[in-house]
Amino acid sequence: WVGRGGGAGGGNDIQWCFSQVKGAVDDDVAEADIISTVEFNHSGELLATGDKGGRVVIFQQEQENKIQSHSRGEYNVYSTFQSHEPEFDYLKSLEIEEKINKIRWLPQKNAAQFLLSTNDKTIKLWKISERDKRPEGYNLKEEDGRYRDPTTVTTLRVPVFRPMDLMVEASPRRIFANAHTYHINSISINSDYETYLSADDLRINLWHLEITDRSFNIVDIKPANMEELTEVITAAEFHPNSCNTFVYSSSKGTIRLCDMRASALCDRHSKLFEEPEDPSNRSFFSEIISSISDVKFSHSGRYMMTRDYLSVKIWDLNMENRPVETYQVHEYLRSKLCSLYENDCIFDKFECCWNGSDSVVMTGSYNNFFRMFDRNTKRDITLEASRENNKPRTVLKPRKVCASGKRKKDEISVDSLDFNKKILHTAWHPKENIIAVATTNNLYIFQDKVN
Amino acid sequence: MAGGLGCDVCYWFVEDTQEKEGILPERAEEAKLKAKYPSLGQKPGGSDFLMKRLQKGQKYFDSGDYNMAKAKMKNKQLPSAGPDKNLVTGDHIPTPQDLPQRKSSLVTSKLAGGQVE
Repeated sequence: WVGRGGGAGGGNDIQWCFSQVKGAVDDDVAEADIISTVEFNHSGELLATGDKGGRVVIFQQEQENKIQSHSRGEYNVYSTFQSHEPEFDYLKSLEIEEKINKIRWLPQKNAAQFLLSTNDKTIKLWKISERDKRPEGYNLKEEDGRYRDPTTVTTLRVPVFRPMDLMVEASPRRIFANAHTYHINSISINSDYETYLSADDLRINLWHLEITDRSFNIVDIKPANMEELTEVITAAEFHPNSCNTFVYSSSKGTIRLCDMRASALCDRHSKLFEEPEDPSNRSFFSEIISSISDVKFSHSGRYMMTRDYLSVKIWDLNMENRPVETYQVHEYLRSKLCSLYENDCIFDKFECCWNGSDSVVMTGSYNNFFRMFDRNTKRDITLEASRENNKPRTVLKPRKVCASGKRKKDEISVDSLDFNKKILHTAWHPKENIIAVATTNNLYIFQDKVN
Repeated sequence: MAGGLGCDVCYWFVEDTQEKEGILPERAEEAKLKAKYPSLGQKPGGSDFLMKRLQKGQKYFDSGDYNMAKAKMKNKQLPSAGPDKNLVTGDHIPTPQDLPQRKSSLVTSKLAGGQVE
């Protein structure tokens, strides 16, 4: 039912099927294994995950078997490395978590792949390269590396490269540290492919990928008196095409668009996106649930999407006073806000993503449910990431939550939802209908049914 | 409505509650929350949530902080962790009981096959 990925929305409904699941089966989840970010690279061939233990795992899609293409290539482990380690801020006696908050891929320029990964304080540029040849036939060294006695060398030969088993190496090429007093929530690579921004709760910095000892502060919302603090920055992203434009969202539900050509310090926005609220509807929870947890530009650059606690909103960059589309993710939670506040779930930060053609958007929910909204047909669907449907090519059955009243067969009531099973991170392949959905410690890959 | 004082008061109370619940489920939830935690939202100054958010992170025992706080308090009792363990100021000092367990050594992620599925 969801529109086709590549082309314009059309009649053909697609069916989502289970493809793969990665991670441990047991329910006893070690904290380090909690997945904290998921990101496809620009071609979709690589899929990276980051976790609370500071580790990055990269999966690579197998080349399609043209002869028997029942499904697209599977994703297998390509590389894994420890990106960040726990650190200690001696001045404040605070621990700095090694949790990977975000991973962003650079577009591929040569044989190697590059990505940026960040924890709360430090951003790192990693180079992932392949080695499939090694030099052999040295004159002064044996094959195992031991040095030969030079007096035994009677002839000379030229060392040659011989094939070897593929080795994938990850090495940190740049470390961008000491620029953030508060906790980094976003990184975004500019369309100039030379600079990128990093955002924490109160400030946004602009970096050059080659320069680690300097960064420019482009947004600073820290008040002179911290008692006057009313909002924080929750997410930021560069425009996909305009290298001078970026947006940042706030805990009060606003989005500011800034133009770096206007001034060096972009404290004054060029555009302010805010949906007016009916003051009579205001409650203690209003501000908390309006806090934006994620902002993403469409691939076209014409729209942006925001995620707040209960909904997903699509904004047209040309219209500041209200979103053009609003989709309710789990409206039935509005009558549970008191308990969601008590168990802290109301502060959960859900992300959202676009499909390759910007026709469908996706976001996560509780009970390992995730939701998709087709912008053309206005239809939506709820699916579940569960090991129960784990036979490849099994079509996923739509799920339904019963808000109140009589519960139909196969529906689940709001009170039976497992709020510990949250899907915060999802990603959509840039070209195909392949999605990666992260539960607490497992990564699910689903794809559309290929006949 | 005819009747004594008690009857009139009852009537108003019922109507008010019904009106509230009829308008917004959110308001009803707010009422529930305020009933459980009457002091919520009374604190002046910057928002509680925001301050908490800015200061997330495990705070450890700091002898410098401890001694400075001790000097401030003079004759009063020794400083101890305040009710809000997450607040980072010189006066709020974690006690040994508040320290977290030592982190386990770093191993390969289970996503990369650290454990057989």
